Amino acid sequence: MLPSLHLNSTLNCTTLNYSSTLLPLRGSRRRTRRDVANESLVPAAHPARRYPSLSASLAPAREEEERKEGALLPPPLRPETLPRHVAVIMDGNSRWAKARGLPSSAGHEAGYRTLKKMVELSCQWGIRALTVFAFSSENWTRPKMEVEFLMTLFENVLKERLGEFLREGIRVCIIGDSSELSQSLQKLAKEVVDKTKNNTQIDLIVAISYSGRKEITQACQNIARKVKDGLLEPEDITESHIEEELETNCIPEFPNPDLLIRTSGELRLSNFLLWQSAYTELFFTNTYWPDFGEADCFYLLWRYLCVLHKSVIKFASGSPFFLNNSGPFHLNGHERYVPQIIFLLQMRVDASQDLMDHRFM
Amino acid sequence: MEKHDRKPESNIFASVWRFLRRCLFLVLSLGPMPNHIAFIMDGNRRYAKRRNAEEGSGHGVGFTTLTSICQYCYEMGVKYVTVYAFSIDNFKRKPEEVQSLMDLMKEKIDELLEEESIVQKYGFRINFWGSLDLLSEPVRLVAEKAMTHTANNTGPVLSVCMAYTSTNEIMRAIKKSCARKSSRPQGYVNCDGESVCADINSYVTVADVEENLDTADCPDPDIVIRTSGETRLSNFLLWQTSLSHLQNPSPLWPEFSLRNLIWAILEYQKIYPYLEARRRLTKKEN
Repeated sequence: MLPSLHLNSTLNCTTLNYSSTLLPLRGSRRRTRRDVANESLVPAAHPARRYPSLSASLAPAREEEERKEGALLPPPLRPETLPRHVAVIMDGNSRWAKARGLPSSAGHEAGYRTLKKMVELSCQWGIRALTVFAFSSENWTRPKMEVEFLMTLFENVLKERLGEFLREGIRVCIIGDSSELSQSLQKLAKEVVDKTKNNTQIDLIVAISYSGRKEITQACQNIARKVKDGLLEPEDITESHIEEELETNCIPEFPNPDLLIRTSGELRLSNFLLWQSAYTELFFTNTYWPDFGEADCFYLLWRYLCVLHKSVIKFASGSPFFLNNSGPFHLNGHERYVPQIIFLLQMRVDASQDLMDHRFM
Repeated sequence: MEKHDRKPESNIFASVWRFLRRCLFLVLSLGPMPNHIAFIMDGNRRYAKRRNAEEGSGHGVGFTTLTSICQYCYEMGVKYVTVYAFSIDNFKRKPEEVQSLMDLMKEKIDELLEEESIVQKYGFRINFWGSLDLLSEPVRLVAEKAMTHTANNTGPVLSVCMAYTSTNEIMRAIKKSCARKSSRPQGYVNCDGESVCADINSYVTVADVEENLDTADCPDPDIVIRTSGETRLSNFLLWQTSLSHLQNPSPLWPEFSLRNLIWAILEYQKIYPYLEARRRLTKKEN
């Protein structure tokens, strides 16, 4: 049985020893503009609302109303149990096109349409950050025509969608080695990043010409520069110095993804977010990226919920709850799940069992 | 002598089983064999819990599994085996559990250095990767002793990651490369004998970081197997597993057997052509 806890009173930042990638508990740090924006969203999004079943959401009027509320999240998912930062390796465009006898450019265009849908879904469902692997530094060795097509596609997308980014509140960050890109694309990327930097609805990180190892090496070079300038001694270098220099630090609240999805059945990371995916759940699916839809996304988020649930069971049924005199909770490595664990523990055990037994289409 | 007299039937059985295994591995080696396999040995505590045994006993069974897997890898011709024994995050567990794990590790490392262990039989070279200074004194001493004793062995390499996380390893590599570069004078002599001023962009390169990692003398893993079905890497070899085949079979580590190992290698052989093409592309790009 669950131990009886007075969760609201005893847990605060000073007694919990968890990493900074978690949502901070209320009152634990200075509120920024983003917190204010989120707080004004929260009461509207989380009253005792009914989550529509998938069939009911087909009724257009209801759908319109609920889209306004942003509550189109099918049960048993709840906004509190969603991963905050999702990373996607959009693999399989060329193979999808080849299977249909189309040129690979058709595959990339279809992949772009899927990406659009994915960003919309993430906005609606409440995922706070989405990182996509658009172009790897290893992809420069692909045929010249394909590479040129992709670069043109990126330019057109950034130009056309800038208005939409501003309207929907999407903050765009571009990571990767921009020196390999053409001048016009570099300029356009900088313009998009500057114009959208105050948006708060969702963070979209696009990795173009990106390599995880080069990112870490670049961070190392920045640190070496600091050492050379005498600002830092080599012995004082810690992991947080390195994390600050990584490019994903453009989202300081959760630079590390909670969930990484790779489509098309490949079981590798391929040099994507190497440092940041230390504790990320890695989910691989056999669907090609252009075929990846709402149902696949929902299934993976449900699997993520199951993983969380397993952590909660481990957390609550073992005996990790003890406070020794030196203060911090020993969460046995589950620190990063604290807000979700608190949420799931506040539900009754049988209700969370309902989550597990829920049958979906 | 006594061992041989005790059970002649079991010796015949063992040699028949060894012969069958050798045939099986011969068939398997018709396809491409991995050179380096990495294991995340997850599920020991769950194994003990499921059998209602006492808490620390799962790890002992896990060690037996480790020795048998090492033996199979040797027989198959896999030259490098890496295992994730203890993470820096595991220090956050209960102090009694951490202490019992440390005691178990010391006991097992001592056992490995004995005469009849597989290390001596097959000539394994043992490496310990990680921040060994975070370990208690007796464990650290026995680990260093094991490394020096087996340093000249020419057989397969068993690397045990203790007090290890990949981010810690990369941080130490960066520290070392920064320290080395800052102690060198500003300009340096390149391979043509000309004196060149250090350009800040080539100050630290990918190669610099790689040569200072713990895994500098080891190739990247071909397969990473995490038992018990978990889908995370948990800070294990993040830099090195960029192109490795990630597998997460559902048996717990103590239940991981020859059958699971063969299945893992068959899966690897299935996608090997595609993986090899990717690797060649990466080499070309670098």
